[in-house]
Amino acid sequence: MCSISRRLGPLPCWLALALIALCAEPALHAQQEPPYFVTYSSVLEEPGNLEIENQNIAAAPKNANAFFAPTVEFEYGVTAWWTTEAYLQGEATQHDSTVFTGFRFENRFRPLPREYWVNPVLYVEYEDVSDADKSFLEITGNTSITTLQVSNALLRKEVEHSVEGKLILSSNAKGWNFSENIIGEKDVNENSPWEFGYAVAAARPLSLRASSHACTLCLQNFAAGAELFGGLGTRYNFGLKQTEQYAGPTFALNAPNGFTYKFSPEFGLNDNAAGVLWRFGVSYEIQQVRDWFRRSR
Amino acid sequence: MKARRLAWFALLGASTLAFAAADGSWLRKVPAAEHARVNPVAGQPDAIAAGHNLYHDNCARCHGADAQGKSGRPALRSPRLSAASDGDLAWILRNGVVFKGMPRWAGLPEQERWQIVAFLRSLNPPASGDRP
Repeated sequence: MCSISRRLGPLPCWLALALIALCAEPALHAQQEPPYFVTYSSVLEEPGNLEIENQNIAAAPKNANAFFAPTVEFEYGVTAWWTTEAYLQGEATQHDSTVFTGFRFENRFRPLPREYWVNPVLYVEYEDVSDADKSFLEITGNTSITTLQVSNALLRKEVEHSVEGKLILSSNAKGWNFSENIIGEKDVNENSPWEFGYAVAAARPLSLRASSHACTLCLQNFAAGAELFGGLGTRYNFGLKQTEQYAGPTFALNAPNGFTYKFSPEFGLNDNAAGVLWRFGVSYEIQQVRDWFRRSR
Repeated sequence: MKARRLAWFALLGASTLAFAAADGSWLRKVPAAEHARVNPVAGQPDAIAAGHNLYHDNCARCHGADAQGKSGRPALRSPRLSAASDGDLAWILRNGVVFKGMPRWAGLPEQERWQIVAFLRSLNPPASGDRP
């Protein structure tokens, strides 16, 4: 129990901090982030800001039970060129069970000091995720939706400890953002080959000018775009064969009270993919969290 | 105890970097072509009002609601900003000074960045004379 929770009663420290965060002055927010679910852009979290996001996916694949998989992300801007992020994941499958599937820890670095026509970002991640994971945060290697026919009890026994690297390339032009991710992943415990994947996306706000009046449903607060992502096989079996491929539109509303709402239906493009993945997410950005720990504000 | 000391060192480092960003050295890095750019919405009341909203949403938490600076981060009402051109301000908004704490805002549409410049200019009327 921390001193804050001693004052508030028998609350765990993390819950006390979460309550304070929600009751704090209305968080304002940056409108920079494009409305992507899978693809990363070169936009990093502003230094000192903490973004908490709940990202969910639901699907009812053919020949498998419907599932719902929520992910909670904590994204913190350490510096203007370094963002760190932690994920907690779980899933619930109809006629089966609800399980915690694991965690991820990632870091993104922007090595170049200025804005260029193409801006690279380096991404490094460690995953400790069981095979029951259905978050589809990225797709690598040779996969098929038919693996979801296996019960959670069996899938959760296999836990993958893997490292993942991404090269993120991103451009901003005339209000549009274009982003491309090249993904490589390796299970560090098993003698399995490097697996590859990709994600590409484009988006823009519905209005490029801000309104002179504060408003919630102004066009400037909406963004729309499209994403395409999938696996690229392994080191020994590179290509689109036996991979899952998805594409779909994506939408976001940046509400002025600090919340961002995102939605995307992603359509399977080949026989290995599910028909539709429905994604929706809510995020809340708390600005300058580190100021809470400074003496002079 | 060790962790606490480390945290203090980290805070000290961040404050030092933020202070360093306030030294104005970024102005010398602005290319001449960028320095000479003209704000297409300069002086327009609507653009200044929109820029104020954008400033409030994106900048005020670090630079203060009154633009007087906060927690060692620089004030945005200053002779240095009065002397800077609109092009200089647009350049720093796009590129930031990332290794000294100021993030990029290239993800905002260019028109919105010009609206912020219009608002900043309303706080810092241009000084007569040449580039500092």
